[in-house]
Amino acid sequence: MKLTKTLLATTALTVAAGMVSADGHMSSEMTIVSWGGAYSASQKGAYHDPYAAANGVTIINDDSSAEAVAKLRAMSEAGNITWDVVDVVAADAMRLCDEGLALEIDPDTMLADAPDGTKASEDFGDLLVSECFIPQIVYSTTFGYRTDLVGSTAPTSVCAVFDTETYPGKRSLEKRPINNMEWALLCDGVAKDAVYDVLATEEGQQQALDKLATIKDDVIWWSAGADTPQLLADGEVIMGSTYNGRLFAAIEEQKQPIGMLWDAQVFDLDGWIIPAGLSPERQARALDYIMFATDTQRLADQAQYISYGPARKSSAPLVGKHKTLGIDMAQHMPTDPNNAKNTFLYNYEFWADYRDDIDAKFQTWLAK
Amino acid sequence: MAASTPISRKPLSFVLPTAGGIGAFLGLLLGTGNGSGLIGMLLGAAIVAAMAYGFIVDLQNEKLSKWISVIGFGIVGFMFGGIILTIVAGLVGMFYHWLIYWLYEGRYRAKLLPYLTPGQVLWHYGFRCIAALIFIFLITPILVIIPLSFNAQDFFTYTPGMLRLDPEAYSLKHYQDFFTNNEWQRSLKNSLTIAPIATVISVSLGTLAAVGLSQSHMPFKGTIMAILISPMIVPLIISATGMFFFYSQLGQFMENTLGMDKNLIGYIKVILAHAVLGIPFVIITVTATLVGFDQSLTRAAANMGANPMTTFFRIQMPLILPGVISGGLFAFITSFDEVVVVLFIGSAGQKTLPWQMFTGLREQISPTILAVATILVVVSIGLLTVVELLRRRSERLRGMSPA
Repeated sequence: MKLTKTLLATTALTVAAGMVSADGHMSSEMTIVSWGGAYSASQKGAYHDPYAAANGVTIINDDSSAEAVAKLRAMSEAGNITWDVVDVVAADAMRLCDEGLALEIDPDTMLADAPDGTKASEDFGDLLVSECFIPQIVYSTTFGYRTDLVGSTAPTSVCAVFDTETYPGKRSLEKRPINNMEWALLCDGVAKDAVYDVLATEEGQQQALDKLATIKDDVIWWSAGADTPQLLADGEVIMGSTYNGRLFAAIEEQKQPIGMLWDAQVFDLDGWIIPAGLSPERQARALDYIMFATDTQRLADQAQYISYGPARKSSAPLVGKHKTLGIDMAQHMPTDPNNAKNTFLYNYEFWADYRDDIDAKFQTWLAK
Repeated sequence: MAASTPISRKPLSFVLPTAGGIGAFLGLLLGTGNGSGLIGMLLGAAIVAAMAYGFIVDLQNEKLSKWISVIGFGIVGFMFGGIILTIVAGLVGMFYHWLIYWLYEGRYRAKLLPYLTPGQVLWHYGFRCIAALIFIFLITPILVIIPLSFNAQDFFTYTPGMLRLDPEAYSLKHYQDFFTNNEWQRSLKNSLTIAPIATVISVSLGTLAAVGLSQSHMPFKGTIMAILISPMIVPLIISATGMFFFYSQLGQFMENTLGMDKNLIGYIKVILAHAVLGIPFVIITVTATLVGFDQSLTRAAANMGANPMTTFFRIQMPLILPGVISGGLFAFITSFDEVVVVLFIGSAGQKTLPWQMFTGLREQISPTILAVATILVVVSIGLLTVVELLRRRSERLRGMSPA
């Protein structure tokens, strides 16, 4: 009994002491969670290093974004959140926001205005897809093909993936229904506007799976973004889907004989969330970082390292040349008019409603 | 054993099918790599059988046929690829030539006992082939990564330049990345901090537990043993989940009540968890050594006035030391290789080498991982060699012949 009292008292004291010291202070160390690889390197160059230099903060990188939702849930249940800022795709941000695991953000007070004074909410516009989500980049999932293995006519349409007669050989597709189902329907004669209406029906889902079944024997399924570039470099596949930045790195930095197939690329958003329930000084630090890292110049800076489009409208004109290669980055952005002739935007609402159902069907189909 | 058996020439009806069969095997491997296993198999059998027939019946000159074989294969190799392939093909040619004469002259019998039946001879060589194949399957995956770690490109691919031995295609940049990249250096440092401390804890606790469990008057021995080695038996992911919640509570207590540094708590958590995983290995190896330990020695020591501590350190410990050391090695490797528990319990500050390799493989297939792997392989070979040399030295000093 006595021990419990002492413990309680000390706990209260330490907590109180923590509160006092937090007043007006920010923590001097922060853990930023991201995807690793070239993407984390671009964030380090554009955000982490300048921020750490200006504020004397130690930034620790944790490449755990792939399991961010599960880990944040576990951390919150155990009452031990070790992350300060987390990079997630928009769909994950929505889930985290719905579950109350992410902090709600007021763009106009918590994010920087554009240099011309435009409010952040307007500058980000439609890309603010969730109350907790601070958009950072627009990326796309699209196809790359081996220029030396596809014969004399390079593919120009996404339907080349389903055309095993003209383009014999293996292809790599992501091991999940999202994007694959849309492409399958599109190449099975469904009009682009009608894709999601068709996909909402049982028959439509079957139709998409049937279309995928025609190439099932020729597909290598990938689960990490690095798989397709490796398979293409090995010549194990002749074409494959992955994130456009990975293909850019393979083509321009690694000089691989790979071409971009931008047709029917699917745009998606990636950005930051701040976990809910951080201590006041850590939250203050996280918000300060976010304010810095998502301003107009910083978002444009990231494009010096990787070919993902900045999420702010005001950043687009500032996109310059690649940091080390010196090539003009604008033409490599998925949002460039030449590349964006035929695009999808990841349909968050549709997949929020149908994901579990279609996922189950897809996995059963895959195991058959 | 080295009895020299008189040898005699064998009939063609034995040499041709046997040589052809071995040719078919290599042909199958090559054919599968290039499209059709069946064609490769038939082609390989036909080529080697034809060679055997030509050499034995037409040429009848061992030296000359050797050169024909080596050069012929070398030219074919050169036509399909660069220098490496030429050399490899030349060696293959040499092997087939040697094989044909080895079979034809009956040399395979020379070193065997004269009274062995053909079946026993076949088994003698078949057994060696199986052993060699097992060895190859074990060692190739390790050898294959070593040249790849010097790749000038950022992929796990043998580029055409590498196969041509073009110096441009090789580089040390992945090694440079490992030694200059903060993330890799920090994870190396973490691994080298966590593993030794965890090992010391597991060795001390595990040895104590094993000594206690080997006492004859210990009650509930079986149950206690089962509980202590359960971390080894329970699937890691389950222990990891349990540990995550347990250590979260412990961490909060240490942080809020004891006011300890967050980073330090992280290390304590991972080290304790790894120690728990290492303890079963120590218990098992030390228990095994204690089976052969003569308990009357401790009684004799006690009889002469030594207290239990002295008895343990002066009598028991030196005798069970080999078990303790090998248990310690296992515990060290368990912690050094461990990725599941540290993913659950550690935060990014405690990122260990396997964790960094794991994320590196998931997110970016970078040959830096191969460079690290190569370094680890070299270091482990070095460590094992040193341990083995020390063991032999101590055995020599004690007047035993190395086992």
